[in-house]
Amino acid sequence: MFAGFDFDVIQRSLPFLFKEGMVFTVTLTLMAMTGGIVFGTLLAMMRLASLPVVPLVAGTYVNLMRSVPLVLVIFWFYFLVPWIGGWVIGATEPIRVGAFWSCAITFTIFEAAYYCEIMRAGIQAVPRGQVSAGYALGLNYWQMMGHVVLPQAFRNMAPVLLTQTIILFQDTSLVYVLSLTDFLGAAAKVANRDGRLVEMYLFVAVVYFIISFFLSYQVKGLQARIAVPGKI
Amino acid sequence: MAMIEMKNVSKWYGSFQVLTNCTTQVDKGEVVVVCGPSGSGKSTLIKCVNALEPFQQGDVIVNRVSISDPKTDLPKLRSQVGMVFQHFELFPHMTVTANLTLAQIKVLGRPKEEATEKGLKLLERVGLMEHAHKYPGELSGGEQQRVAIARALAMDPIAMLFDEPTSALDPEMIKEVLDVMVELAQEGMTMMVVTHEMDFARKVAHRVIFMDKGEIVEDAKKDDFFGKPRSERAVQFLSKILHH
Repeated sequence: MFAGFDFDVIQRSLPFLFKEGMVFTVTLTLMAMTGGIVFGTLLAMMRLASLPVVPLVAGTYVNLMRSVPLVLVIFWFYFLVPWIGGWVIGATEPIRVGAFWSCAITFTIFEAAYYCEIMRAGIQAVPRGQVSAGYALGLNYWQMMGHVVLPQAFRNMAPVLLTQTIILFQDTSLVYVLSLTDFLGAAAKVANRDGRLVEMYLFVAVVYFIISFFLSYQVKGLQARIAVPGKI
Repeated sequence: MAMIEMKNVSKWYGSFQVLTNCTTQVDKGEVVVVCGPSGSGKSTLIKCVNALEPFQQGDVIVNRVSISDPKTDLPKLRSQVGMVFQHFELFPHMTVTANLTLAQIKVLGRPKEEATEKGLKLLERVGLMEHAHKYPGELSGGEQQRVAIARALAMDPIAMLFDEPTSALDPEMIKEVLDVMVELAQEGMTMMVVTHEMDFARKVAHRVIFMDKGEIVEDAKKDDFFGKPRSERAVQFLSKILHH
């Protein structure tokens, strides 16, 4: 039944697909993951802070980001930010952000909302007594969070954080709408050029499946590896 | 000299009053036991001493520093007052040694070697030297609590607060923790201890405070408290806990 297909096109385009496409996808994923977790953790700390206004600001941000489709955020950010940035610094021309950085920032601020909720749950799962013990020893808020609460929160939440990163890895394919050459974008270009849509999209799907499946399999082993000795 | 002074401390959770005009003091070298039925506000009271629980009225003065003064450096004040918790609250992701040295290094700014030396010396004192490299989860409850006491002592505190230190322990482990506390008391450590262990109170306490419904009902010398408690409520409480 595959007689009419040309799977050779995959092999011919492999260097382009992986060296350009997959490198882009992985770079974007790693950057957005790092930035998203850092920013998300700060947001989670803000949401849980016993200060006026601060939790409200963080909560509004998170709820807003989680109620808007990602594609929309990518579009808005790509087209609007150069103008807003130009307006902010008083330039007459829109500033040049560049498609890659635009995407990296968009994914970071978007994913931060999701990482925030994961970290919030992780922080809340650390018993209150740990916080008291940290303060009772004379640690200040940042020392207490940095040495006592966050290390435990990260440990508890590592599998969920990794699962969210797998979703992020798949979501980066949405940069397709900006005609960027991520893995999917690279395959689409080849597919359209050679008229081999079925072969290329099938291959892309298989690659995404294998990587995501492998990663989610790793999630299972992760918890056991980072578990604290003696803790159930 | 009063090391800890509480003046008319009152606290509310919403409209519910948990502490009502609590006034007492703990002198240097004095051991004061706080007892009372559950929900009487003992733990809340002791947590007011190092400002872990905020209160709305009154003041607490620790070593001549007022904790309600906004200029007071609370982390610094807390670093001078050791606290031991009912559920130990060792940091489970750190080894025993790291638990003992964290605050010495971060708060007191001691070099790592000095902090480790100090920590291990105290660990030896509570008889747990061989557990230095273990994680808290690998120790029994009694051992964890002794590490927690060593952790508090490593800061060279001017006073120690104990919040029901033996309530979460299995009966056979209570003694090992009490022994450490008795030794501390006999060395002249200033201590405020929330506990139901009346034998401990009889042995080392100078004064006993009895609380009920957020009030200090009785604040008396040990012998007076056990000999002739003045309030009806204290008599009832003692009769309930003393015959087992």
